[in-house]
Amino acid sequence: MDANATTPLLPEVMDAMRPYWMEHFGNASSIHLHGQQAHAAVDHARETLARFFHCRPAEVVFNSGGTEGANTAIFGLLRPGDHFITTSMEHSAVLKAAERMAERGIEVTFVAPQKSGLVSPDDIAAAVRPETRLISVMLANNETGVIQPVEEIGKLAAEAGAYLHIDAVQGAGKIPFDVRRFGCHLCSISAHKIHGPKGVGAMYVRRGTPIEPLLVGGSHERRQRAGTENVPGIVGLAKAVELATQSLENGTMERVAALRDRLEVAILDLPDTGVNGGSYTGPPVPRVANTTNIWFDQLEGEALVIALDLKGVAVSGGSACHSGSTEPSHVLMAMGLDKNRARASLRFSLLKTATEADVDHVLRVVPEAVERLRAISPVAAGTLG
Amino acid sequence: MTETETIAVAMSGGVDSSTAAAMLAHSGATVVGLTLQLWDQTRLAGKHGIPDAPKAGRCCSLDDVYDARHVAEHLGIPYYVVNQEDRFERDVVRPFVDEYLAGRTPIPCSLCNNHLKFDQLLKTARSVGATRIATGHYAINEYDPARGRWILKRPADLAKDQTYFLFGLTQEQLAHTLFPLGHLTKPEVREVARARGLMLAEKPDSQEICFISGGDYKQFITAYLEEQGESIPETDGELVASTGQVLGHHHGISNFTVGQRKGLGVSSPSPLYVLQIDPASHRVTVGADQELATRTLRAGNLNWISIPALTGPMRVRAKIRHRHEPAWATLEPAPSEGAGPEAPCGQVLVTFDEPQRAVTPGQSAVFYNGDEVVGGGWIV
Repeated sequence: MDANATTPLLPEVMDAMRPYWMEHFGNASSIHLHGQQAHAAVDHARETLARFFHCRPAEVVFNSGGTEGANTAIFGLLRPGDHFITTSMEHSAVLKAAERMAERGIEVTFVAPQKSGLVSPDDIAAAVRPETRLISVMLANNETGVIQPVEEIGKLAAEAGAYLHIDAVQGAGKIPFDVRRFGCHLCSISAHKIHGPKGVGAMYVRRGTPIEPLLVGGSHERRQRAGTENVPGIVGLAKAVELATQSLENGTMERVAALRDRLEVAILDLPDTGVNGGSYTGPPVPRVANTTNIWFDQLEGEALVIALDLKGVAVSGGSACHSGSTEPSHVLMAMGLDKNRARASLRFSLLKTATEADVDHVLRVVPEAVERLRAISPVAAGTLG
Repeated sequence: MTETETIAVAMSGGVDSSTAAAMLAHSGATVVGLTLQLWDQTRLAGKHGIPDAPKAGRCCSLDDVYDARHVAEHLGIPYYVVNQEDRFERDVVRPFVDEYLAGRTPIPCSLCNNHLKFDQLLKTARSVGATRIATGHYAINEYDPARGRWILKRPADLAKDQTYFLFGLTQEQLAHTLFPLGHLTKPEVREVARARGLMLAEKPDSQEICFISGGDYKQFITAYLEEQGESIPETDGELVASTGQVLGHHHGISNFTVGQRKGLGVSSPSPLYVLQIDPASHRVTVGADQELATRTLRAGNLNWISIPALTGPMRVRAKIRHRHEPAWATLEPAPSEGAGPEAPCGQVLVTFDEPQRAVTPGQSAVFYNGDEVVGGGWIV
């Protein structure tokens, strides 16, 4: 129930990668046969990614994942005097990069999302200035699953003459994907969120986007990203993308959405609970199929996460990148939740391989744990500041 | 599946709590490891002389969490870090600072034991389905059916005795707490750690106050108040002899503790010691070593362990600081001075057989009957 943190490799991905560790181990930049085999594999993967993004193969840059993609967009485009717009619910790969830019003389505007978890294109438009060079928005939020109106933002970026980066780490593989429709110049994805290997990702860089590479050295990736290609990882990413596209077309995601809805409705039967980021019972806010974020009043989210883990149910409060920190989820706080409710919120994110039995198990465990925690809740006892 | 009892072990990443966890796991209990994340060691780093890099062996340093996680993995038990930084700051750090500013000498460890280690840990333990908690404290905790009470006793290793910091435990807390190390000496604990294959068997003990990196509490108070946007209250005042003669001027009462000899800023043919700190007038009284000795003290905010309440005079041995050898004394119930909500349990008057050196407001007085902890309170 924590697929937004990461996902296991699918067997097909493992099989696709296997020859590239020991057999076809060549360096894709070498001239000899081993190198050519590796080069062909990377080229093939690049074509797969180009079909996925709906772009030219030359517009695909392989990298180490979502954090590198966001960092490259932000550090690669912005210069002192520029203005940068992003939202306050982005992943920390964007937020921390934005903070560093702010320290280095770049004006940054953080646009807050609405209560629904949606960022309003009007709010983005209102933030635009003549010096606005880059806008960065996520495709789907990692904690609420809410799908952002990137197409409208793409249109207004074009009008403003600004570049648009889409952090698509959580949206890729979950909704139909087309960078032309999004109207973006840059788009980052990560393999391990879609049953691919960790430590590899890709970025769409529209032709002519004057982006400076983050890593310099060899002339890999058309001089856009130095470093020997992670050939097995790139092959695994391409296979994962292929399988994700199939899942979108063969009804898998509808099945996952139905499971998520059953889970959500049953948990909402518990008193003093609710959904963060709209649900199908509330106003129509588009969400990815696998995610729901639920608040439970009168208990501490951290204790519930532990109690559920001990019963074999892995969920997260906030994002996995922040566990152990004292601050409640910055996403939920940005949406206007109070501290206690933000701390008492849990994200359930289903794997696309989830089954009815998985949901049954969660629904056996959650009500009992919530009841027990509320009976001894320090929040109810009034000791939480 | 048979349901065995689940015990939550408070794991700090040190030898003691790691060994406690190993002993329980080996005994066949279902064990869950919990680390309370209490203080961000990087928070005040680099300010006012506080070291940039916290030393290993500080609580909550990343190294210690790493060690605790490693031990849990080695033992094959689930392990979680629970963030209690807000509570720790409210219930331990802030009172610690305020006590110094009020001219007293606080013991944060006892506050932490009362508010975090036992109260909060027990709640967290229950919320994850555990019935009892265990810690690596050196103390013995036994139920006495004759008295119908849980009794806290000094441990086998008197050099490691931590009962002084545990006097605030309630009967309810004691009933749900295990001290697996109580009957072992420290060398035996290290032996068990080695036998169980714990890599940190030779790790040195931590000594200082866990949240004060570098050990200088004055630097900490300055840096903390600055971070909070508060100025250090002006508490400078007169330095006087016990005769009332003014000897000089000092720069703030939080720089002093009763019994202190160094840093008084006055010269004298014979050594001078801080005898008394008056938070109202900011006057600090100094005098000769023999003037430090007093026969009586009052303690408030009492907690009784081996007895339900003190109803009449009682002979005990009383310990008034961590390294103090308990001294014979008579306890008597005393009406609270200015009894208010802060002293709901009344006070006791402690009269020592022999005068004791440097009775220090803010420290605890803990009363022993043989090996048993009778109870204790805070010196007023």
